[in-house]
Amino acid sequence: MTVLLNVENLKTYFHTHRGLVKAVDGISFHINEKEIVGLVGESGCGKSVSMLSVMQLIAIPPGEIVSGSAVFDGRDLLKYEPKGDQMRAIRGAKIAMVFQEPMTSLNPVLTIGRQTTEMLELHLKMDSQASKKRAVELLKLVGIPEAESRLDSYPHQFSGGMRQRVMIAIALSCNPKILIADEPTTAVDVTTQAQLLELMQEMVSRFNTSLVIVTHNLGVVARYAERIYVMYAGRIVESGLSEDIFLRPVHPYTIGLLKCVPQLGETKSERELVPITGLPPNLINMPQNCAFLPRCSYHTEKCRLEPWPELHSVGEQHYVSCYVDTREIT
Amino acid sequence: MNVQQDHNLLEIKNLKMYFPITKGLLRRKVGDIKAVDDISFDIRKNETLGLVGESGCGKTTTGRCILRLYNPTSGNIVFNGTDISSIPEKQVRPLRTHMGAVFQDPYGSLNPRQTARTIAGMPLIIHGMADRKDLSDKVAELFGLVGLDSSMMDRVPHEFSGGQRQRLGIARALACRPSLVVCDEPISALDVSIQAQIINLLEELQKNLGLTYLFIAHDLSVVQHISDRVAVMYLGRIVEIANSKELYANPLHPYTKALLSAVPIPNPVIEKTRVRIVLKGEVPSPAHPPTGCHFHPRCQLATKDCRDDRPLLRDVGNGHEVACFKA
Repeated sequence: MTVLLNVENLKTYFHTHRGLVKAVDGISFHINEKEIVGLVGESGCGKSVSMLSVMQLIAIPPGEIVSGSAVFDGRDLLKYEPKGDQMRAIRGAKIAMVFQEPMTSLNPVLTIGRQTTEMLELHLKMDSQASKKRAVELLKLVGIPEAESRLDSYPHQFSGGMRQRVMIAIALSCNPKILIADEPTTAVDVTTQAQLLELMQEMVSRFNTSLVIVTHNLGVVARYAERIYVMYAGRIVESGLSEDIFLRPVHPYTIGLLKCVPQLGETKSERELVPITGLPPNLINMPQNCAFLPRCSYHTEKCRLEPWPELHSVGEQHYVSCYVDTREIT
Repeated sequence: MNVQQDHNLLEIKNLKMYFPITKGLLRRKVGDIKAVDDISFDIRKNETLGLVGESGCGKTTTGRCILRLYNPTSGNIVFNGTDISSIPEKQVRPLRTHMGAVFQDPYGSLNPRQTARTIAGMPLIIHGMADRKDLSDKVAELFGLVGLDSSMMDRVPHEFSGGQRQRLGIARALACRPSLVVCDEPISALDVSIQAQIINLLEELQKNLGLTYLFIAHDLSVVQHISDRVAVMYLGRIVEIANSKELYANPLHPYTKALLSAVPIPNPVIEKTRVRIVLKGEVPSPAHPPTGCHFHPRCQLATKDCRDDRPLLRDVGNGHEVACFKA
């Protein structure tokens, strides 16, 4: 399998008036060709920031990409000027993104047609007639009824689900190698969520695109993702094949996440939820040792004294950053 | 499940809540948004009834009618034996000591300028259940109940985390020791790892204080976990109601089936073999609901009958009711 994007030791910090926020603190991950990858974590764990860093969409200042590389197609994207032509040729064309809130990521004063054709004209140098034709095709493909007549509509005339379909059409318009979907279904209802996820899966297999689904909801990625990265407090704490993460989790945080969500079909008399105690950490002035330690029921003296553990292998393609081997305990 | 023989704390009969659509300078009425369109259900004492449905289906409006935050268009709300649907405003206020409400957004529902003590104690002051002297003691007791440290009483909401804010919201709802608590999406704004803390707290409080819950949420797996019975709403109407195990094991309404199949399960082995029913199209506007069964334009089983007549809830045994001709 070919590796499309390889990110090594990415660190993105934010300099705020209250202190240094290490939003992403040394993460490495890769995305293979035609693969669906899940990036899971709670709000503030750095999952969006890591994706925005790869796209060079971080506001500098207060943000700063302190170190790391993101090699795509043999070239390190982080070496490019964020506003330079080289980065622009990648952004949208080779790596495209779908954001959480389709109302704020679509321009409210431009028509859907204008926003769909913009990418085609900019990146693929199509003339207005060709781009219009292609835009209609794309909108039809993502299931917008009467696409021709909807080209002149504005975003507010679409429902949330429809807007997200438009976003998907725009993102796929230049046939990107990688599509990053950042919480694509958080703002929509569960039946619309199912529609959108099925659509995205169908689209990426049709376009031979790799898909990264960034989400806080473990359930969302279970059906689609082949590999999963679990993030906590700016780091990847566990990664592996979907089946390993869900059925044989090793990191105490992953174990906790799975135990604290109710599963459909289980009532309270059948299984009590085991909450993760405490709160997610404040990322300002973090301690050197494992950030999950205050909430961890497995921790030992070593966790207290040693710095945050590196990821180490616990199985084929399965990596965990924890001093404790929870498999020996349970 | 609590089998408190047929003692209903709340009975809703043919409840309707229409909001007028007005137009022009004179605010001429041109139509109605039928947010709640003729629903009936009961909640037994000590029971949790879950109310699920997608946004705009009328579940929040139902909760607000029960709390008499809205004056229903028609229908009866019988609370503890008294019909409260049309009693005058003056008589509503004392009634609210028996009802509590926990809202979705713990950021928007707490006054940012008030201290936690004032927020949790306000219902006690309003209803004359505490004076300035013993307020702190009573609030401290409430804090203990919901797992907040009483040293936090003088803090303002922004000093609390999301989970703590929701605990404060629950403390306020319980201040007057209500019998019924309407929980409107109490956990959907919280982080995943915090949600279970609040669910467990609500369950524990119910056990210790003998509370009755109307639990409104869109997340079916959460609703099913916490509820004894679940009612499914679609476009202002209840389409199915059953005990929560039964609803999952044996859903009868096509909408319930689709809803259940859309809920993701965090297990790739189950997920990859699961058949997902993807509904076509979108929920129609409650200003112009379809004729007959509201679900018929999106239903694969729909026939002429479904277009012409409205199916009423009918009992299929075991307290399982469904509003569908085909089920």
